[in-house]
Amino acid sequence: MKNSEPTIYDISSPGRKGVNLPIPDVPIEDIPDDLLRKDLNLPELTQLDVIRHFQQLSQLNHSIDSGFYPLGSCTMKYNPRINEDAARMPGFLHSHPLQDINTIQGNLALMYELQELLKEIGGFKGVTLQPAAGAHGELTGIMMMRDYHLSRGDTARNKILIPDSAHGTNPASTTMSGLEVIEIPSDSRGNVDLDILKSKCGDDVVGLMITNPNTLGLFEEQIKEVVKIIHDCGGLIYGDGANMNALTGILRPGDIGFDVMHYNLHKTFSTPHGGGGPGSGPVGVSEKLVDFLPAPIITIIEEGDEDNPPLFGFTTPKHTIGRIKAFNGQFGVLVRAYTYIRIHGSSGLRSNSEHAVLNANYLRSKIEKTYNLPYKRACLHEFVVEGCWQEAPNIHALDISKRLMDFGFHPPTNYFPLIVREALMIEPTETESKETLDKFADVLLQIADEAKTDPQVLIEAPHNTPNARLDEVQAARQLVLCCRPAYLPEPEPMQT
Amino acid sequence: MSWKSPENILYTKTDEWILIDEQTATIGITDYAQDQLSDIVYVELPTIGDNFKAKDIFATVESVKAAADVNMPVDGLITEVNNSIEDEPELINSDPYEQAWFVKIDISNQEQTKNLMNATEYIEYCKSRSS
Repeated sequence: MKNSEPTIYDISSPGRKGVNLPIPDVPIEDIPDDLLRKDLNLPELTQLDVIRHFQQLSQLNHSIDSGFYPLGSCTMKYNPRINEDAARMPGFLHSHPLQDINTIQGNLALMYELQELLKEIGGFKGVTLQPAAGAHGELTGIMMMRDYHLSRGDTARNKILIPDSAHGTNPASTTMSGLEVIEIPSDSRGNVDLDILKSKCGDDVVGLMITNPNTLGLFEEQIKEVVKIIHDCGGLIYGDGANMNALTGILRPGDIGFDVMHYNLHKTFSTPHGGGGPGSGPVGVSEKLVDFLPAPIITIIEEGDEDNPPLFGFTTPKHTIGRIKAFNGQFGVLVRAYTYIRIHGSSGLRSNSEHAVLNANYLRSKIEKTYNLPYKRACLHEFVVEGCWQEAPNIHALDISKRLMDFGFHPPTNYFPLIVREALMIEPTETESKETLDKFADVLLQIADEAKTDPQVLIEAPHNTPNARLDEVQAARQLVLCCRPAYLPEPEPMQT
Repeated sequence: MSWKSPENILYTKTDEWILIDEQTATIGITDYAQDQLSDIVYVELPTIGDNFKAKDIFATVESVKAAADVNMPVDGLITEVNNSIEDEPELINSDPYEQAWFVKIDISNQEQTKNLMNATEYIEYCKSRSS
């Protein structure tokens, strides 16, 4: 690989053009001088220059289509191509959200059915498809929980309990909702510490945000007790559905007392994610919160009969928190998720989760003698190990990740969750073969060996990329993201 | 590994240090804390006049690896903040106990200083977490 590509400004040549404009059939009027900008400095290239530039950049990329990607569903699992076929059907592709509902009945029927399918999968009474992604779903859920308490005159509740293994979005969503975060530590098995949880419960608690399996990839063994403790103090349970790829078709969160949960269609339901996306974070709710769902919800406004299909339209829940996104969510993504659910069916979804869990445990068992597993339990769809050894004092998780790139693997998640030292979080997903998992495990074992015998090969990795180590520290301290031609003066450093 | 932990100051379980001078005190994060976080890239400090209870979050630090809360060792009122660590967060890595203090406070509750660790206890505590 190793070929680097200059920036598009570096291959610009003054006066070079990519377009030929036709001779106009109206009089030419020059744009007035005072309206012309001279500071744009757009690069000047031919169409072929541009295509080659971006083609070359795309070749430097790593994707799940080019190799193993142990970030798993957490980032993006394999996107079956049939999803794309469905999303490109002209009726879906060329519709507009402002069309009269009579002309988009197919779209509304799909959205209605997707709401019903997600209700069934999660064990919930209602679903909104609006939220743009997982964290937006969290905000939606927390706003509903807050309004639920307020509507009952229960105005003193202002705290959300969050385990220390939680995704960072959980405290962020809480803070955005104007509520206070109370952190709950994990116990020695990686579960929520029940005694501390009990001590924080009271009539000031809005609810608990919990991820199950948690970010250690571990099933919360006392989840029923956790739910009871929170419900007993009048709080609600928010489920972070980011890890639903472990449980789909096996456990319905609504059945064990979850009051609200977001689904990440771009994780569990195989729609595109990061860099492509957009994401989509539908939210399911229990009976208690159905009336608080964002408006509108897709519904049947006229029942059908033998000759006529039902008429689909919109409805506004009684105590709705209002609209939380323009139109009705990411429609093209909804089509893809619907396709994924329908091609697999309930047994297929369950089988995918079972294989995701099996693959993760297979990998775990192959490396856990070499990489310390801080919580020694069978995992669900992912597991977290420590990327460090006493015999290799200068090697960090980051070095292991960089070395993995030399073997054509994308690095796993680094340094998360925060409660594990030098964390490496590995999630293979259900689509990887035994051969791929074996190869990945062998490479991890080889790297562990190198860390102790030839650490320099890790510290200098990756060896095959145009740039080995980027200066992450300076990039974070000096937030200048602008690429500019070399002939322009240096930008002023940004004031923070 | 060994981390610096001066004798004249007290320590919390959440890795803050506090230098007490009668009614006032200076607070920062420990050498162990900066070492665990690695290169610190951003700091958010409170405003002079803010009041905090012990264990309240009064500042946030971000490194390339993680974001961490900084907690109050004792109840107190913020009287000074060290803006130089906002401009040069790397000072926290290079000099956590001198140049990179976070805030100065008026102590509201002297009793609470009894709950804090001395240097020897703190170093033992750090070692117990890194073995």
